Amino acid sequence: MLAIKLAFKNLIGAGLRTWLNVIVLSFAFVLIIFYNGMFDGWNRQGIKATIDWEIGQGQFWHPEYDKYDPYTIQDSHAPLSDQVKAEINKGNLTPILITQATLYPEGRVQSGILKGIDPKQNILNLPTADLINNQDEYAAIIGKRMAESTKLKVGDRVLVRWRDKNGTFDAREIQIASIFRCDVPSADNGQMYMSLPVLQKMTNMEGEATLIVTGENYSGAEIENWNFKDLNFLLSDLDKIIQSKKIGSYIMEGLLLIIALLAIFDTQVLSIFRRQKEIGTYIALGLTRSQVVGIFTVEGGAHSILAALLGAVYGIPIFIWLDTVGITFGGPDMGITVAETIYPYYSVGLIISTLILVVVSATIVSYIPSRKISKMKPTEALKGKLQ
Amino acid sequence: MKHLTIIILALISVNLYAQTADEILEKTDLNMSAENRIIESSMTIHGKRNSRAMTSISYSVGDKQSFTEYLTPAREKGTKMLKLEDKLWIYSPSTDRTIQISGHMLRQSVMGSDFSYEDMMEDRKLTDVYTATKVDEEEIDGRRTFVLELVAKVDDVSYHSRKVWIDTEHFVPLKEELFAKSGQLLKRTSRSDVQEVQGRWFPMRITYKDMLKSGKGTEMHITNIKFNQEIPEYIFTKAALKQ
Repeated sequence: MLAIKLAFKNLIGAGLRTWLNVIVLSFAFVLIIFYNGMFDGWNRQGIKATIDWEIGQGQFWHPEYDKYDPYTIQDSHAPLSDQVKAEINKGNLTPILITQATLYPEGRVQSGILKGIDPKQNILNLPTADLINNQDEYAAIIGKRMAESTKLKVGDRVLVRWRDKNGTFDAREIQIASIFRCDVPSADNGQMYMSLPVLQKMTNMEGEATLIVTGENYSGAEIENWNFKDLNFLLSDLDKIIQSKKIGSYIMEGLLLIIALLAIFDTQVLSIFRRQKEIGTYIALGLTRSQVVGIFTVEGGAHSILAALLGAVYGIPIFIWLDTVGITFGGPDMGITVAETIYPYYSVGLIISTLILVVVSATIVSYIPSRKISKMKPTEALKGKLQ
Repeated sequence: MKHLTIIILALISVNLYAQTADEILEKTDLNMSAENRIIESSMTIHGKRNSRAMTSISYSVGDKQSFTEYLTPAREKGTKMLKLEDKLWIYSPSTDRTIQISGHMLRQSVMGSDFSYEDMMEDRKLTDVYTATKVDEEEIDGRRTFVLELVAKVDDVSYHSRKVWIDTEHFVPLKEELFAKSGQLLKRTSRSDVQEVQGRWFPMRITYKDMLKSGKGTEMHITNIKFNQEIPEYIFTKAALKQ
């Protein structure tokens, strides 16, 4: 208790030197929380968007289907069983048929993917109802990225060529029924969504699908001859991207923290050098060497407590403001799943772990120079002689 | 004499009309196919902004074996393609690697041209795959042609229907249009500069055009063609790709 009292008294007494250290450390504290909050917010929004727009609560894949190998698409289709059809009718599952296609917007050649989806489905956020409302049977909805890359607008017709089940070419004009905006590039780039029965007819794959998306109310029962892919598997790409971005942020946070800790370290070295008489007096008054080391360590470590308090003074209003307005990145074309506006997410765990990190590291860097005290001769220290 | 000429012309005319579509196709197949052939050609690919040309030499035996080596430009020199039955390998000298083109990769364009590897590998006789109907006779560049409409009689065919204009005298297809199931025209091939080579008629200039994309298509000019030559067996081996 004495050590804490003395430490804070000395800190406040040191004036500007203390506050400079505290300000730098508080920046590190606030920025660490900000960065991690950003990534957590990105992660949460990314996961939600991917579930809502692309993967649902998991998917059943045709055994031949490999998301990363477009050459598997041609052979990845199978009829749906009565069990699956019953679940589709209940709204618990929605099948998707995938086929490769070539688009010819204004004579340019662009490869793409045609996805057949039930226009009445409610599992994914895709505006599939627009396919029913469109007068043309051969209608499609596309995402904003796809619309930009193909320069297509609502109502435009684009010539599309594909192959049917047997490899025979077919081609016709497809009308753009609507353009949706979503944060998931993999549900948008190069893709056209058509009515499932229409695509099945176009490809001679009546009653067939490539994958089946599960909804929230699906029981989770296995489907024979289809491989279930859970959310961990389907979200692993997003996780990997965020983890790799986090590493970059760790480096920046680490550098900032090191600068702040170096300032504390310097202050401690200087304190022990300049306050030798004070150290000698403490020992002469009967304090053990370790108690004196403790006073100096607590003094250094207390910078972090003050930094946390100062950080809270300006950090909390900033975080509350950011949580309200979010951070806008200008557009959806980042190439990865990222919301146009990210709302940082600050968990209690994040704040506590950051606080522990800053306090513990500040205490350690305060202790290291303080160890010198234990080797000091009290008589020499009282005289203020260099040791 | 005048009567005799009229009678002869009438007989020829009757004879022309008497030929069924299948007979015309068979005669065309006989004229165009050979036991083996060696072709030296140049291919000009007309892009949207510019055109590029490449020359090659091809050896083929029947419709099952073929070997092509690109001679120019320098960038493509030494690139070789080997087709055996339904398999295709490509050797690239820059990487010193041989890769097999299979499955859906066969649908990619050959050297950026208007025809795919699959088009290049198409080896089934038209009479085996299509039901032919003679619909008309037309004149193309001063040559009288039979117009045949071909509709697929098997499922696993790339083009559901075709329209072919075949020279009535030389039995060379001077023009061909390939259609999708919906009736959309996909590709057009024109052949010209028909010359007699070793007793058969053969077009020395062929133009392929993908009708869905812009551009002027791909032109092939045969500079030298020889039929029924002695081609060493080793040419049609994977080892020949790296030689």
